[in-house]
Amino acid sequence: MTLSLLVILPLLTTIAVLLCRGQYTVRLLSFAGVVMQLILSFVLLALYWKERAAGNTAPMLFVYRHTWFTALNIDYHVGVDGISVAMILLTAFVMVGAVLVSWKITPMGKEFFVLLLILSAGAFGFFISLDLFTLFFFLEVSVIPKFLLIGIWGSGRKEYSAMKLALMLMAGSALVFLGLVILYYAAGGHHFDMMAFAQSHPAAAVQRLVFPLLFTGFGIFTALFPFHTWVPDGHSSAPTAASMFLAGISMKLGGYGCLRTVLMLAPLAAEEYSPYIITLAAIAIVYGAFATMMQRDLKYINAYSSISHCGFILLGIGMGTRTAITGAVMQMVSHGLMTALFFATIGMIYDRTHTRMVEKLGGLLKMMPFIATTFVIAGLCSLGLPGLSGFVAEITVFMGSWQHPGGAYHFATILACASIVITAVYILRATGQVIMGPVKDPHYNGLADATWNERLAGILLVAGIFAIGVAPFWLNDLINK
Amino acid sequence: MWTGIMVPLRQELMVTLILFLLLFIKVGASEYRTGTILRLVNILLLANLVLGFFPCPDATLFNGMFHTGRLIVLEKNILNLGTLIVSLLAYDWLKEHRQALEFYMLLLATLTGFFFMISSGNLLMFYLGLELSTIPLTALSGFDLEKKQSSEAALKFIISSAFSSALLLFGISLLYGATGSLGFDAIPRRLDGSAFQLFAFILLLSGFAFKISVVPFHLWTADVYEGSPVAVTAYLSVISKGAVFFIFIQALYTVFRPLAGNWNRMLILLSVLTMLTGNLFALRQNNLKRLLAFSSITQSGFILAGITGSSRAGDASVIYFILIYIFSNLGAFGVVSLISAQTGRENIDDYKGLYAANPLLSWVMAISLFSLAGIPPTAGFFGKFFLLMAGAGRGNYVFIGIAALNMVIALYYYLRVIKAIFMDSQPQPIGKLKIPLLPNIAFGLCVAGILVTGVMGWVYDYIYSLSIGF
Repeated sequence: MTLSLLVILPLLTTIAVLLCRGQYTVRLLSFAGVVMQLILSFVLLALYWKERAAGNTAPMLFVYRHTWFTALNIDYHVGVDGISVAMILLTAFVMVGAVLVSWKITPMGKEFFVLLLILSAGAFGFFISLDLFTLFFFLEVSVIPKFLLIGIWGSGRKEYSAMKLALMLMAGSALVFLGLVILYYAAGGHHFDMMAFAQSHPAAAVQRLVFPLLFTGFGIFTALFPFHTWVPDGHSSAPTAASMFLAGISMKLGGYGCLRTVLMLAPLAAEEYSPYIITLAAIAIVYGAFATMMQRDLKYINAYSSISHCGFILLGIGMGTRTAITGAVMQMVSHGLMTALFFATIGMIYDRTHTRMVEKLGGLLKMMPFIATTFVIAGLCSLGLPGLSGFVAEITVFMGSWQHPGGAYHFATILACASIVITAVYILRATGQVIMGPVKDPHYNGLADATWNERLAGILLVAGIFAIGVAPFWLNDLINK
Repeated sequence: MWTGIMVPLRQELMVTLILFLLLFIKVGASEYRTGTILRLVNILLLANLVLGFFPCPDATLFNGMFHTGRLIVLEKNILNLGTLIVSLLAYDWLKEHRQALEFYMLLLATLTGFFFMISSGNLLMFYLGLELSTIPLTALSGFDLEKKQSSEAALKFIISSAFSSALLLFGISLLYGATGSLGFDAIPRRLDGSAFQLFAFILLLSGFAFKISVVPFHLWTADVYEGSPVAVTAYLSVISKGAVFFIFIQALYTVFRPLAGNWNRMLILLSVLTMLTGNLFALRQNNLKRLLAFSSITQSGFILAGITGSSRAGDASVIYFILIYIFSNLGAFGVVSLISAQTGRENIDDYKGLYAANPLLSWVMAISLFSLAGIPPTAGFFGKFFLLMAGAGRGNYVFIGIAALNMVIALYYYLRVIKAIFMDSQPQPIGKLKIPLLPNIAFGLCVAGILVTGVMGWVYDYIYSLSIGF
């Protein structure tokens, strides 16, 4: 299968959207585009399974390589393994949801969808890249559209948040850039080929040099403590679809980058640096959870809890055992779906009530049962209720972490486990106040429930959460084969 | 015999020919319509550009004073292309200007000077070419005859140019004393890195540093850029700078190769200073021309970073970057020029809410600024990436780290402009502007260049195949 289709399709959709006129056509075209992305991702999944079942044990499948800059040994080189397929599926799910919830976006609907589609092209390209230059290219493609999305269609202190996000993410990619350049020269060979680095790792001294750069650089994308400060502002100011993309996919770009760094580029250094990673991850988990307890704004609640949840990803990667890594990938997919659903429902609530403050909301279950139910499902997934994806991912991370010998590592694991209790506190408190109880404001009584597009988005994401929660083995197999 | 001189000199001859043609029109015709003349000139410049692409053998003329090769022809083509775009963009401004013909005569005179400078094989020829371009450039920067600011810019420019020429001349004469030759092939054989030679070299370097506005010789840049007509500023910032960079890197890589260890360290220091100073000053600018002036200082710092690589990749990435820089900077200046010509407004605050009435101009501006900032998929991303990568080739990772962080700082002020255009609003936004045909073509060229030059790998590969290094 031609993997490049995953990048070409969003780009073609973008061009089509640019050329057409009328809000309605724009919406339909964008929707058709993202649905085709979803279909393409499922085709990819099926083909991937077929290949693996046929006994193909190559580390990467559907590899395509085309020389890009001969003089510098830079190739356009793509291919997928199970982890990439999982991330591609996640991206496709979130994108369909994002387009559906921004159905009635005004003003400048056309530009909105164009930017959203460019973002998805960047994300797909990132997940299929095997050449570090290609990877970096797609990583940066997905920064500036976010700036525009937040700055133009956002709310609150949108310009400030957009600027902060763009600058911090660019600082992250500057670190990644430096790491890549050092890898290019110092590791010998003058190439950016990730597979070649995976087969013969760079010398230990080079690994020690590039690992902090790459890990911190990618880490900024995934809210590595103390570089998480863009997350609350960025997420809360962004329009619903951009929040979904940011938390659901963009933060996973960082996680995926960290994972590749640990597994393929600098495994030796990763082991040496693991105490630091785990310390930072544990701080992020606990700090994020406590910070969430203090929030009154639903979007801030979800943003801070994202810091805490992405801490699990970094914890799993830092522990480095096979189970922990599997758990980290599961957490990426699970958190992506869950947080996208959360932001989608928060967006729906805000559209109707024009507030996101917990104390002003109440009794939403009575007027909008559908939205309230998806909100509760997202919440329960977040606090790790068995049967939903969050539980599966977190328990895998914890089990994997416990496998790592050493008292300090056990302590970090226990700390991370304990944070679930705090999660339960803030989720249940928010749910109780917003969904249950008496209706706070008489104006809320006349509000309508979700429209068809919002329902579709909700159902799709909930289905994803259940698919992992009830039958986690398929995802587990996908990641490990 | 004639073809032996005519063919290698064809680009210079063509430019001179156009210059004389315009002179005859000026002298001969009592009455002409500016619009027609402008169209004619642009067609001639296009012909000039096309002519440059015909293959030309390597040649050395006039006892080694003048030499040409495929790389030099390519560099001249790049300058031709830039001049054509500047000329297309200047249409709106020149249409109302009474001295349009003189503008082109001066412009072409500077271009001829640059051509001879790039082709020079002797310091004397180099100096001749440089001066041939500097003096008309001064006249050009004072070309808004009614504006006080413009004459001020011209005065500042002539004083600083004279100063830098004096430094250059002093350096050249000392170098002659130290090596006994002015020829590019003889000098390197007699360079041994003695203190006297280094002193001569530093004087030469300072002369160059003036022309490419490297800190601490950058002080004239912002004032001259702000005061000059926008078209001239655009020309100064890309063509003039690009041409000097072309000969600068050639001189460093061939003539001063024996001193590589010395100039490498100097350039790293200058590069860091230039990037930081340009960035820090750009952060607080409100006038867009001043902002672009400081940003162009920063870009000089990045180009210096590429030069420090002292490799084929260094040479190639500098030429590649200048090509991209022409597209990006001219795109940005083009928008500023059009808006300034039609409304007279040049501040960032004036651009608030521009998108509502002028989506096309806004996108051209945005794409150009993204390219200047180095955001993919624009060509600027590839240009910057390869420049810094070449700079890291000698293992100066800390230096490249500083450069990478400077890119982040630079992003802030580019995004400020984007923010004003797309996100802010003001009580009296700029209304819908008419974009005449010729500037429209120029915008098309710039945007196409920005989108294509990067992604198409063969552009870089072609330049690399021609470039020099060691």
